[in-house]
Amino acid sequence: MTWGLATSHVPSIGAAMDNGKTTDEYWKPLFDGYTPARQWMVEHTPDVAVIVYNDHANAVDLNLVPTFGIGTAESYAVADEGWGRRPVPPVQGAPELSEHLVRKVIDDSFDVATFHHLDVDHGLTVPLSVYCPEPGEAWPCAVVPVLVNVIQYPQPTAARCYALGQALGRAIRSFPRDQKVAVFGTGGMSHQLAGARAGLINKEFDRMFLQAIETEPDKLAALTREDYIREAGTEGIELIMWLIMRGALSGNIRRVHDTYHVPASNTAAALALFEDLGAKETV
Amino acid sequence: MVKAQDNYVLDLAQNRRGLALNRMCGSLKHAENRARFTAGEAAYCDSYGLSPEQKKAILERDWIAMLDLGASIFYTFKLAMLDQKSMQYLGGVFTGMTAEEFAAELRAGGRKFG
Repeated sequence: MTWGLATSHVPSIGAAMDNGKTTDEYWKPLFDGYTPARQWMVEHTPDVAVIVYNDHANAVDLNLVPTFGIGTAESYAVADEGWGRRPVPPVQGAPELSEHLVRKVIDDSFDVATFHHLDVDHGLTVPLSVYCPEPGEAWPCAVVPVLVNVIQYPQPTAARCYALGQALGRAIRSFPRDQKVAVFGTGGMSHQLAGARAGLINKEFDRMFLQAIETEPDKLAALTREDYIREAGTEGIELIMWLIMRGALSGNIRRVHDTYHVPASNTAAALALFEDLGAKETV
Repeated sequence: MVKAQDNYVLDLAQNRRGLALNRMCGSLKHAENRARFTAGEAAYCDSYGLSPEQKKAILERDWIAMLDLGASIFYTFKLAMLDQKSMQYLGGVFTGMTAEEFAAELRAGGRKFG
C-alpha cells in the first residue's frame, strides 16, 4: 500500500476538466488546490488503485441494491449517465487482485456482492481524473472498484465502513504479488441536493471531518447515519466512503496535502492525500 | 426520525413508491431511450407503468411533485439534463429561487441550518 486519496466526485468537476474550464474564475480555486497532491501522485504511480465509490443510477438499479460490492472484470466501460459518455479512456481492471480481495473480505465476514459487468460512472472516473487529469489513451493504473450503497437508506454504518476498510487493508497487504496499491475514498463533503434543505453546506462539520480522518477515525466511525445526514446533508453521508480508505491504510500515515473549497456545483469539495509509511518499512 | 431531518431520504418505502418513475428516469442513460422519450413522452411513461400522478409530474416537469411521489434526485437528474437544466436549477426549484440566486448562495458559502 503506497497512498490513500480522499476526494469528492461531483460530475461537474469532471465536466470542468472535459470542457477546459479548470482555469475559469469559478473552478480555478478548486483545481489550484489539487496541484500539490497531483504533483506528489505523479511521482508515486500505483500499479492498481482500489477505488471506493458509489454508483449514481447507472450500473446499480433500484431493483437490487447491494450494500457493498467489488468489481471483478478485466475492464470497465465508462457509463453514459444520460448526457453522453465522458471523453476518458475505459478503465482496466485487476481481476486477480479483485478475486483475492473478494475471497479475503468474505473470509473476514463481509458478504460483498461481485460485479462482472460494471459501467463506471463519475463516482469513479472523476476521482481518476483528479489523480490523473490527462490520461491520454489509457489510465496510468489498473482499478478495482469497490461499491458502497450510500443512496438508499439504510446505508451501512460508518463503523461498518471503517471495519471493511481495515479488512480490505489486510487483504491488500496479503496479496502474494509485489504490486503498489493506492486506495481512493470518494464522495462528500457536505451536500444536500433535493428538498427544502437543498444547498446545505456545513463548513464546521466538513473541517472537523477533514482533520479527524487523519487523527481520529474512530470518532468519525462512531457517528450514526442520522448524524451524517443532519450535519452534512442527505448526500453528505457519502463521507462514510472516506472511512473505508482510511481503514485500509496502516496505522502509520502522513498527510501529504489537503484542500477544501465551496462550491463545486451544489456541494463542498475536498481532497486529502495520505502517504502510507507502513508500506515503506516493509520495502 | 429521518423525516424530521429531510423529507426526501430514499428509504425502502420511498423506493417502493417511486420505483416506476425512477426506473423510467434511469432508462434515459441510454441514448436510444432518450430519443424514444423525446418522441412521445406520455407513451414512454405508460410503457414504464407510471401512475397518473407520476406521469403528470413528469410531463409538467413538476420536480417537487416527483419527489413527493417517490423520486430519487439521482434518477430525475437524468431527465433534468435531457432538458438541459442544471443541478443548480433544481436546487432553485426546491428552495423557491432562480438557478442564479441558488448558485449565488452556494458561492457565498452555502445555506445553513440549525
